[in-house]
Amino acid sequence: MSEFQTVFGSLNDYTKGELKIINDDPKHYVFSNIFDVASKSKPYEKVVVAINLEYVIEAVRAEGVSDWFAVAHDEFAIIMDGEVRIDLVKLDNPNAVAAPDKQGAVKVNGEPVGKKMGHIVCKRGHQALLPAGAAYRFTATKTGVMMMQTVIGDLSVQKWADICYK
Amino acid sequence: MSAAANVLVNASAPSNETGYRTFTLGNFKISRDEYFVHVTWPAKGQQMKHIMSADAFLRAMMRDVAWGFFYGWVNFDGMIGTRNKYGQVEFYAGRYAPAYHDRGLDLVETFDTPLIMATFKAILEDFTNKGFDPFAAPDETGSSWVGKKNGSNTEAIDRQRQACKRMPGLPGDAELRSDSNGYPVNRAFADVVQDAPEIHAEEGFENDVHAMNLFAYLSRSDVTWNPSVTSVCGRSLCCPTTEEYILPIKHGNDRVEWFVQLSDEIEWEVEDKLTGLPRAKAIMKAGDVAAMPANIRHQGFSKKRSMLLVWENATPELPDMYESGKLQPYPVNF
Ligand SMILES: [Fe+2]
Repeated sequence: MSEFQTVFGSLNDYTKGELKIINDDPKHYVFSNIFDVASKSKPYEKVVVAINLEYVIEAVRAEGVSDWFAVAHDEFAIIMDGEVRIDLVKLDNPNAVAAPDKQGAVKVNGEPVGKKMGHIVCKRGHQALLPAGAAYRFTATKTGVMMMQTVIGDLSVQKWADICYK
Repeated sequence: MSAAANVLVNASAPSNETGYRTFTLGNFKISRDEYFVHVTWPAKGQQMKHIMSADAFLRAMMRDVAWGFFYGWVNFDGMIGTRNKYGQVEFYAGRYAPAYHDRGLDLVETFDTPLIMATFKAILEDFTNKGFDPFAAPDETGSSWVGKKNGSNTEAIDRQRQACKRMPGLPGDAELRSDSNGYPVNRAFADVVQDAPEIHAEEGFENDVHAMNLFAYLSRSDVTWNPSVTSVCGRSLCCPTTEEYILPIKHGNDRVEWFVQLSDEIEWEVEDKLTGLPRAKAIMKAGDVAAMPANIRHQGFSKKRSMLLVWENATPELPDMYESGKLQPYPVNF
């Protein structure tokens, strides 16, 4: 046994840290907690927790089966809690779903048209590539939380005042 | 040394007393003895002087070299450090210590990146004794940094920062870490689950259906406070790192930087970038996300080795956008 215990967070067990201000505005630190955010989110709601120009990190509650999404650029999902199956389809006509310059994820209407690429089952700590030009769907076999690295899009939700220390 | 052949590092012969060389960089002189590194510079007709414990100096300089001078300011402490001008690098003493700067007792000099890089690498090689690893936590490395010149540790200081092009484990991209390629699980992460994601790729899509165990990858990091790049989305880089003891530098931001605490806890001290006056403390626990504004410098303290995802935006125009006031120093208004 190790003398060290590594502490990860989960939906049911997390502690949001502290921000102690000496001479500044707490809002400048945009301090939130991914599990706290996901505990108040709708399934697969894409809540922005970090932003830098057009790039974002989103906290996503993985619960049940998601819609199909598509992206014109790579995205990455890190499973912070739970267990998620990701199904991938190579779109026959990706530009018709998300134009090449389209930023962020878009919802696919109905079933994606294309070849099945396969699927991935991810547990806590696993990171999956959601490749450009593919459609993907999440199925949470255990409700959890994902951290998505992507670009801000039509589905991104910004509600900073609800999630950050002020 | 791997320094470019056309770059001349200005170093003295080894000292008869300590065995260490004295290095000259512009008007700065950098030397060490059994315990300390000494930096001197001229100001207002006098010779100014700064002193640092040699282990702290080596840990700081190691990060500066490994990160290629990083984004913005790398303060070795409140007195000396570098500012990356991307192609050139400033080395300063007292510039961000108002008591010196306000009286004209500071010095800032600008060097072409290859010269300062070669000089720093030569200093690191000369000042690092056998058995001391500047990347390791104090609990993991010896106290052989103390004393007269005694061997070297080039293997430790020549480590390359691991940066993927898209994601580690993809064909032609950075390797995953394992026992067999020299990355055993660190003692502080012995309890981190090492399972792999289940990947079921249809024929022809073996190279596109990809996942990895990021936490396992991080548990096998052999360095502290040295981000590796593990996913690239345009100019958005996820740069997770494992942290134990104290960030050896105070990082001054030239753009907003974000932290996502993946495990355990780090306490951040945040100071004004120009004056060093305290501004805030952030105690970050697993799942916490916080921005480091573009007008501050910060230093982290991690009791247990922890996993921190540093999120950077490598857009080259960002420093000018903040410097010119086009962007405010913090990321959102709410
Ligand atoms: Fe930093």
